[in-house]
Amino acid sequence: MGKTGIIFKRELAAYFSTPLAYVFIVIFLVMNGIFTFDLGGFFIRGQADLQPFFSFHPWLYLFMIPALAMGLWADERKSGTIELLMTLPIRLRDAVLGKFLAAWVLSGIALLLTFPIWITVNYLGAPDNGVILAAYIGSWLMAGGFLAIGSCMSALTRNAVIAFILTVAICFLFVSSGSPIVLNAFSGWAPQILLDAIAALSFLTHFDAINKGVLDIRDLLFFTAVISAWLLASAIVIEIKKAN
Amino acid sequence: MIEISHITRKFEHFTAVDDLSFTVAEGEVLGFLGPNGAGKSTTMKIITGFLAPSSGSVRIDGHDIADDPIAAKALIGYLPEGAPSYPDMSVLDFLEFIADIRGLTGEHKQQRITQVINDVELSSVGHQTIETLSKGFKRRVGLAQAILHDPKVLILDEPTDGLDPNQKHQVRNLIRNLAKDKIVIVSTHILEEVSAVCTRAIIINKGRIVADGAPAALEAQAPAEFMIETQAAPGKLEAFFRSVTEPGAK
Repeated sequence: MGKTGIIFKRELAAYFSTPLAYVFIVIFLVMNGIFTFDLGGFFIRGQADLQPFFSFHPWLYLFMIPALAMGLWADERKSGTIELLMTLPIRLRDAVLGKFLAAWVLSGIALLLTFPIWITVNYLGAPDNGVILAAYIGSWLMAGGFLAIGSCMSALTRNAVIAFILTVAICFLFVSSGSPIVLNAFSGWAPQILLDAIAALSFLTHFDAINKGVLDIRDLLFFTAVISAWLLASAIVIEIKKAN
Repeated sequence: MIEISHITRKFEHFTAVDDLSFTVAEGEVLGFLGPNGAGKSTTMKIITGFLAPSSGSVRIDGHDIADDPIAAKALIGYLPEGAPSYPDMSVLDFLEFIADIRGLTGEHKQQRITQVINDVELSSVGHQTIETLSKGFKRRVGLAQAILHDPKVLILDEPTDGLDPNQKHQVRNLIRNLAKDKIVIVSTHILEEVSAVCTRAIIINKGRIVADGAPAALEAQAPAEFMIETQAAPGKLEAFFRSVTEPGAK
């Protein structure tokens, strides 16, 4: 097992050694149920697909994923264990990646535990399971994007609550950057190319495409690039700020 | 051998470590002394590779801590100030984690864990989570992780802080026993500790070395006007310490 694997194992175990993992999973499942059946009108639509289930994920993640990510580095700084971790013979990337993967796997576990809804829709009708699989993959990738942002925000501060709020704010920008809320702030003075660039950063646009069953390599690359960029930013922030 | 050459660390408004150079050889137990804020912890953070110096270099057994950090860090066991450890882990899980990171495996790993648990007397709390432990036990968990891989270089930032007199005695014995073919650097406020375990003492003040020598030699230099309360050996070292670090000292 590599150094990344050892860090990953410790971090994942840490989630389950406190109530955090269980609270996260239970709330995630309950919220998913409310959104899908109540707000999404899963039964009323009479369609054999999981669109109402997946279309709420960006908004659900917006508030739930930051809770997973907020302690990643802020807690290390607060308790001083960052000094212990960074003087062990590991590379910074082992720690950044190991921590991120632990949080990502936990969000994946929560996502997999929504399987009863997949069974339900298959029992009630004949959905396109290829589309559903694509949407599950897209949803997990999007969770990874939120988590990578959270990892970076958590590295900025020693206070986990501040990390939570910063993460929600930045994630909100990324979710809604294709919507008028954000674009109106730029239209009128910014060149069209900048508007297009901002709109192209939207998690929503890319996730909606995957959710419709179009597993375009560009959308997958987008989330992979977002994760890589924010993890790299995490490493840089940790390197600069670890001593403060 | 640790070679520290011309390290300087500047923070925004002050210089914590100012052009510090010294070497420590195998078998030496170096007591690192100084008033609060003198730069002791900063120096230790630089030696262990946690902080990068603004200028200067640190070599551990020939490995530069900046250019070859993994090899250098593998040689070091470090107890940071305050002995931080993961509060939600049990003592055994924590040591297991450190052992894995340090690359210990199988029989040898279990043997080392058993050994350090005996050395610092942690067997009664092995399955307790660290957050439930008293300050003294936490300190000993920190010591246990530092000596777990039988490191060649041991760097301990205030190892006896928060321990009762018996535990202090025990930790000092441990340091003495470990020191045979190792390099040990101990920072402390407790001057009797220096006389008890160190073969050499460096006193720093405002980031600079103001004295370097065997504890006995430093004691002999204590000026008479600083000797107030006692004529005993630790008192002499204290008198010398004050003579070189108090405001107005030369």
